Amino acid sequence: MATDASRRPNSLFRNLNAKIASIPMIFTALVVFVGGTIWTVVYSFTNSRLLPRLNFVGLDQYERLWTTPRWIASIQNLLIYGTLSLIFSLLIGFLLAALLDQKIRFENTFRTIILYPFALSFIVTGLVWQWLLNPDFGVQHFVRSLGWETFTFNPLYDQSIVIYGILIAGLWQGTGLVMCLMLAGLRGIDEDIWKAARVDGIPMWKTYLFIVIPMMRPVFVTTLVIIASGIVRIYDLVVAQTSGGPGFASEVPAKYVYDYMFSAQNLGQGFAASTMMLLTVMIVVVPWAYLEFGGRNKRG
Amino acid sequence: MTSVLVKDVSLNFGTVEVLKKMNLEVQQGEFIVLLGPSGCGKSTLLNCIAGLLDVSAGQIFINGKNVTWEEPKDRGIGMVFQSYALYPQMTVEGNLSFGLKNARLPRDEIAKRIARAAEILQIQPLLQRKPAALSGGQRQRVAIGRALVRDVDVFLFDEPLSNLDAKLRAELRVEIKRLHNQLANTMIYVTHDQIEAMTLADRIAVMRGGVIQQFASPKEIYNRPVNLFVAGFIGSPGMNFLDGEIADGSFATDGVRIPLSRYETAAPPASGTKVTFGIRPEHVALNSGADWPFSARVKVDVVEPMGSDSLVWTKLGRHNLAVRVPTERMPSTGDMVEIGFDPMRASLFDAAEGLRL
Amino acid sequence: MADVRAAAVGQADPVVAGLVEPSGPRPRRALSRRNIVIYGTLLLFSVYYLMPLYVMIVTSLKGMPEIRFGNVFAPPVEITFEPWVKAWSTACTGLNCDGLSRGFWNSVRITVPSVIISILIASVNGYALANWRFKGANIFFTILIVGAFIPYQVMIYPIVIILREMGVYGTLTGLVIVHTIFGMPINTLLFRNYFASVPEELFKAARVDGAGFWAIYFRIMLPMSLPIFVVSMIIQVTGIWNDFLFGVVYTRPETYPMTVQLNNIVNSVQGVKEYNVNMAATLLTGLVPLVIYFISGKLFVRGIAAGAVKG
Repeated sequence: MATDASRRPNSLFRNLNAKIASIPMIFTALVVFVGGTIWTVVYSFTNSRLLPRLNFVGLDQYERLWTTPRWIASIQNLLIYGTLSLIFSLLIGFLLAALLDQKIRFENTFRTIILYPFALSFIVTGLVWQWLLNPDFGVQHFVRSLGWETFTFNPLYDQSIVIYGILIAGLWQGTGLVMCLMLAGLRGIDEDIWKAARVDGIPMWKTYLFIVIPMMRPVFVTTLVIIASGIVRIYDLVVAQTSGGPGFASEVPAKYVYDYMFSAQNLGQGFAASTMMLLTVMIVVVPWAYLEFGGRNKRG
Repeated sequence: MTSVLVKDVSLNFGTVEVLKKMNLEVQQGEFIVLLGPSGCGKSTLLNCIAGLLDVSAGQIFINGKNVTWEEPKDRGIGMVFQSYALYPQMTVEGNLSFGLKNARLPRDEIAKRIARAAEILQIQPLLQRKPAALSGGQRQRVAIGRALVRDVDVFLFDEPLSNLDAKLRAELRVEIKRLHNQLANTMIYVTHDQIEAMTLADRIAVMRGGVIQQFASPKEIYNRPVNLFVAGFIGSPGMNFLDGEIADGSFATDGVRIPLSRYETAAPPASGTKVTFGIRPEHVALNSGADWPFSARVKVDVVEPMGSDSLVWTKLGRHNLAVRVPTERMPSTGDMVEIGFDPMRASLFDAAEGLRL
Repeated sequence: MADVRAAAVGQADPVVAGLVEPSGPRPRRALSRRNIVIYGTLLLFSVYYLMPLYVMIVTSLKGMPEIRFGNVFAPPVEITFEPWVKAWSTACTGLNCDGLSRGFWNSVRITVPSVIISILIASVNGYALANWRFKGANIFFTILIVGAFIPYQVMIYPIVIILREMGVYGTLTGLVIVHTIFGMPINTLLFRNYFASVPEELFKAARVDGAGFWAIYFRIMLPMSLPIFVVSMIIQVTGIWNDFLFGVVYTRPETYPMTVQLNNIVNSVQGVKEYNVNMAATLLTGLVPLVIYFISGKLFVRGIAAGAVKG
């Protein structure tokens, strides 16, 4: 041990291998995530059309964005879809998790059934539900053929309710994930709490409402953030199920961005719209990240 | 008067027998400890008494009433859990009152009970705090309080002290004993810690593999263990065991002969019986100069000072033998010493069954 | 349960009352209200979750006339595999009429290298972060995790430029790079947490024995992290296979992955809609992740519990 004189290595070369190995990560973090984001934000203030050009026009793109009916419709759709999707996926997810947590038989079978849509892509999801909601062959046709001639459930061709058609498909795909997260949360609750509540004679629903759900607050918050950041990105589902139609009744921001960037050759609009999306996500994520990681001391 | 009666209770999880036709009778005001290694079924038995687990067969009576099918809240029990199981987002007062409010007790009655429990447990200053702001010992006190306000005859404790550090454990142990003296309730207490069992219990039920091995006073269990398992489980450091056989009213092993004339036994075992001879380290004297029925000169292998006492390891024949001596009389390694004991204090088990002879 | 007991108390005959003296387990009826509510609700939801799969399968096995005159839920009268064959080998996207098979093989050629490279890089990242905390490592990691929440739309165009500069825009290589980049946050997190849970003594012992960065990674960490590799693989395979956005942005029609091609087949406006072929194509595309899901079982659940960040 004492043979080799203690040479103090240059601090740059300490852990050199670890640093070399981390180059892809550093590249991704700095160049793609930080650099790319800043780049897009900066170019959202230019009038770039077919090619990005640094010709600043101030907030023009944003003014145009917020006066474009298609963008307004996208935002409205996102709000309706987002709110309902959050509420229903939390409600259904928690309900299913609570049911599965009752020491029931066939728990694995039920869990497999509830979760499998999550393995499928949004494209597959969208196409299946497009077929099921097809007015001439799908559910509407089926109910009418049973004798209820006036039954009308035609969301994909009805501007006013098309977003609910997408919601049904979105919930079908995504509630399994919420159920899974909630179930993990429920299983994380000390068994003794349930026993104590039973000895105290607290009815089951009261135990859930006043003890278990408050204890699961972190799980709910994490789930909320995950669903919310997924909702903002919603794109494939709409493309597959309705292509944004009828008219632009089911347009969403992500689709607006794509269309302006790659079809309408109006990059500036696309950048401005995607910056708005970024802003929306940050409003959700930053407070959460601060609470989760920033406030207390860092772990590891 | 019988307070808790467990009658022929069995419990199976699938094909696994966790409790095997268990019988236990607890008198009013008794402090009973269920003691055993993990997996012996002691907590399971407690959960059955509480009604948190359904028994597969048998009956449970509390205060003479058959409660086998009753819900836990209707059994007249209070329970204290290992993990405290306090409701984290309620204050201490909220924790104590939640069950009572739910049972629709009048407000002033709830306040009275909480005040009494808080006074007994000295947690008045903590009433408005949340569990997260309490120390381990304080949480445990609140958990006891939650059982206390239920105003019941039987208290069930499920390893209540095992999450605490040694010092706090010793303190709360005394407090639980004081509480028992003050309330005179029946208490059933599960632990794997034999010190807790010895210090707290009026009677100990030593369990293993879903069967009660011995149910007796701590003194009886310590002095007259019914089988090898109990003998080995109780006592720290553990009992010395020597394997050998009976020869002419003596115990013989490797040329060592221990006369058994003073050993109390119903029927002296026949010569040639294979037996295990057990003697506790604290019952062996070292260099005492007294005239013991059995004595031998042996060499000291290892000495382990443990504070007030020391453990001296020697060999008797091929068997290791530990002797407990006050530290000031501790010999050195390699010394030749004189050991002696009275076989009256020993235990003799038949080698095949492990039962006390 | 309550009425059983009430009946016992109400009995005048002490002998009969004695017979129902509570003993053994609480009497339970299989059809208690509680069970009806629990299983009823679960069954109802199961119908909602299973119906689309059922309809997909049934539709894909019917001929077009049967679809036009029957209803979607009816099982096929005459089972035909024609739609499957057609979906696989002759369905048209635009002018190309060689079926989904091309998209399938494209997806395979995208998924395999993407999964391997992204997992290797992510595992080395996680290892470096967990065991060799160098200065600033946590800053990059935090950026990475926060980056996972940034909408892809924000980064799409800058990446187009980067790929174009590298000369790989529109190629499968480019798409592999993109998948590696966007798979990095979640998988790095997964590996970092896993390696952090490995007893540090093991790592220290190896260092005392003179093993360096790569030796410890390959000889000690890799062999003991098989389960987490499987979890990570499940996340990546399903994620990359199911991707649509990157496929449509970063590849050309002849290299489109399966999802993009499927969407083009089904949503093409030309010609008569062949619903049976569409559903066969949809099923074919969903088959790979479904098979992975049903095989991996608990590991899939572990993957999404750990990797839910992906959103």
